[in-house]
Amino acid sequence: MAKSPDQEHPCKAFGWAARDKSGLLSPLCFSRRENGDEDVTIKILFCGVCHSDLHVAKNEWGFTNYPVVPGHEMVGTVMKVGSDVKKFKVGERVGVGVIVGSCKKCESCQQDLENYCPQTIFTYNSHYTDGTKTYGGYSDMIVVDERYVLRFPDNLPLEGGAPLLCAGITVYSPMKYYGMTEPGKHLGVAGLGGLGHVAVKMGKAFGLKVTVISSSPKKETEAIERLGADSFLVTSDPAKMKAALGTMDYIIDTVSAVHPLLPLLSLLKLNGKLVTVGLPDKPLELPIFPLVLGRKLVGGSDIGGMKETQEMLDFCAKHGIAADVEVIQMDYINTAMERLAKSDVRYRFVIDVASSLSQ
Amino acid sequence: MAKSPEQEHPQAAFGWAARDPSGLLSPFKFSRRTTGEKDVKFKVFFCGICHSDLHSVRNEWGFSTYPLVPGHEIVGEVVEVGSKVEKFKAGDKVGVGCLVGSCGSCDSCHDQLENYCPKMILTYGAMYHDGTMTHGGYSNMMVVDEHFAIKFPQNMPLDAGAPLLCAGITVYSPMKFFGLDHPGIHLGLVGLGGLGHVAVKFAKAMGVKVTVISSSPGKREEALQRLGADAFLISSDTNQVQAAMGTMDGIIDTVSAVHPILPLIGLLKQNGKLVLVGAPDRPLELPVFPLIFGRKIVAGSCIGGIQETQEMIDFAAKHKITADIEVISIDYVNTAMDRLAKGDVKYRFVIDIGNTLKEA
Repeated sequence: MAKSPDQEHPCKAFGWAARDKSGLLSPLCFSRRENGDEDVTIKILFCGVCHSDLHVAKNEWGFTNYPVVPGHEMVGTVMKVGSDVKKFKVGERVGVGVIVGSCKKCESCQQDLENYCPQTIFTYNSHYTDGTKTYGGYSDMIVVDERYVLRFPDNLPLEGGAPLLCAGITVYSPMKYYGMTEPGKHLGVAGLGGLGHVAVKMGKAFGLKVTVISSSPKKETEAIERLGADSFLVTSDPAKMKAALGTMDYIIDTVSAVHPLLPLLSLLKLNGKLVTVGLPDKPLELPIFPLVLGRKLVGGSDIGGMKETQEMLDFCAKHGIAADVEVIQMDYINTAMERLAKSDVRYRFVIDVASSLSQ
Repeated sequence: MAKSPEQEHPQAAFGWAARDPSGLLSPFKFSRRTTGEKDVKFKVFFCGICHSDLHSVRNEWGFSTYPLVPGHEIVGEVVEVGSKVEKFKAGDKVGVGCLVGSCGSCDSCHDQLENYCPKMILTYGAMYHDGTMTHGGYSNMMVVDEHFAIKFPQNMPLDAGAPLLCAGITVYSPMKFFGLDHPGIHLGLVGLGGLGHVAVKFAKAMGVKVTVISSSPGKREEALQRLGADAFLISSDTNQVQAAMGTMDGIIDTVSAVHPILPLIGLLKQNGKLVLVGAPDRPLELPVFPLIFGRKIVAGSCIGGIQETQEMIDFAAKHKITADIEVISIDYVNTAMDRLAKGDVKYRFVIDIGNTLKEA
């Protein structure tokens, strides 16, 4: 007979979980595995609220296994290390992102692309190698194989750095892979939310010209004055869209709602690349003529491997890049989720787990 | 007042044209411009029938203007060259593909990518620099700017080489650009028609492993025995598709009808590339999850530049690659168009213009 969450493992843990597709979160007592030889036990200090947390809490993708403790943008301090752990010691600041396991043997794992391993184990709503469910960072502690733990740079603020563990790597990885890093080239960032605002900052750090492409005119001042974008394009302004046709080398599309691709494809130059990192729950319409006539491409990308995630954190530390966050208490999470669904946040909620999570 | 097609230019010409969206072709008298100092004038011997010709005569893309003389897989013999022409002389065999002009000054033109020039001039149905309409290769002669004329290899049969000028370059260019052109690559080819069958031949010559993906079981033997494909997969057979999931580095999709691309994306390995060279007239459904989870791409490609077309034809000559054709007389062209619409040809019709196009 299956054990209850709080009896599955020897270490008591506490967090907030969604129990059904209302997505409403409430306290859950559960448990974490014993710290193994290659494991690190982490006291969680902060955890970012990613839009994926909302999708999964509400079973919008159809594969949620309740109860689910979301959260895959966590930072904390090391409490314990296993005997074979080499990279970390007690007291260090660390981060855990979207994955906590992979097969370690396949071609992807051998190339440090654990995110493309067919047996990737996600930080929450997955099954670990022992068959038990994984629980995420809306909780007080976590036990993770050291390979999937990131060293958190000293000069990165904990709250602002936490969202980089998903939002940051999700835009950094395709920017590198698709070659969107040549100084002087023109990057469009579609969607100015958690991912988009980090993409703007990274784009500027790479020396790119950055245009934010958004459906909300009211984000313009923010985008230009605070985030440093070079220009702002409202998709519903036909004159401005027309003037921008064929001007961008690449576009990162962070929009997770279903949306038309034709206007974005038209903004690209010859050989332009539209890379989508948002996860709409239905297919998008892909007009083929613009692809063919301009030798353009639409590509996807999914977070990044562990090595690249570390590289991204170090890059952000070097360039002073952190997310813009609104720190909340754990018991605000349901309101935060509602606001997130309406994109009413600049630009990531981060839960102050350590000071607000109590049994 | 606009001049009639016969009076527009000084050199009389005749061909077959479509006059309305029924697409039916019939004899048509028109004219060609004076052979300018950079022009090459040639008599047409053969012209391939491309599926684009069919789309155009029937106005399926919505921008045809009539009368329309199609044909952009044209092979002939030079009869006259302008005073500044350097690459050709009378008697040379010459080919013309999909383009007869471009701006000459943009980045694309400078990069030998005239096919991506915003002002590229198509061989038929387009407006030339002098404001007159271009007419294609279903005609007795043509005048073309030397830059857009292809030197036809000596050892290549004229009739079977003609289709390379569109079908050939259309698959060759993306194979090179997307790196699907060397041993170790596993390439899927969707659609075994004019483009697809040439792509199999190119791929084998490049040392690439080829799987043909088709909706017609009847093409299996052809694909494997005659064309030399390594494997054949029926797109609607879920077992076959399942077994091949995640095995291909790239897929060139030559199908121009609307069709699902989700199974094709599934056939790709991680980082795989689906390149569309057929242009369906409506958008396709793009499932985003598989692109993201496999870091895959969907891209397009459109013919190729002139330099690359020359490179392609020289490559084909070196490897003795030509199209598989059915030579027809011009009188058969309307029947050929009907058969083409049903995919009933192995694999390109080529009109024997030289012997069968006679002025009425």
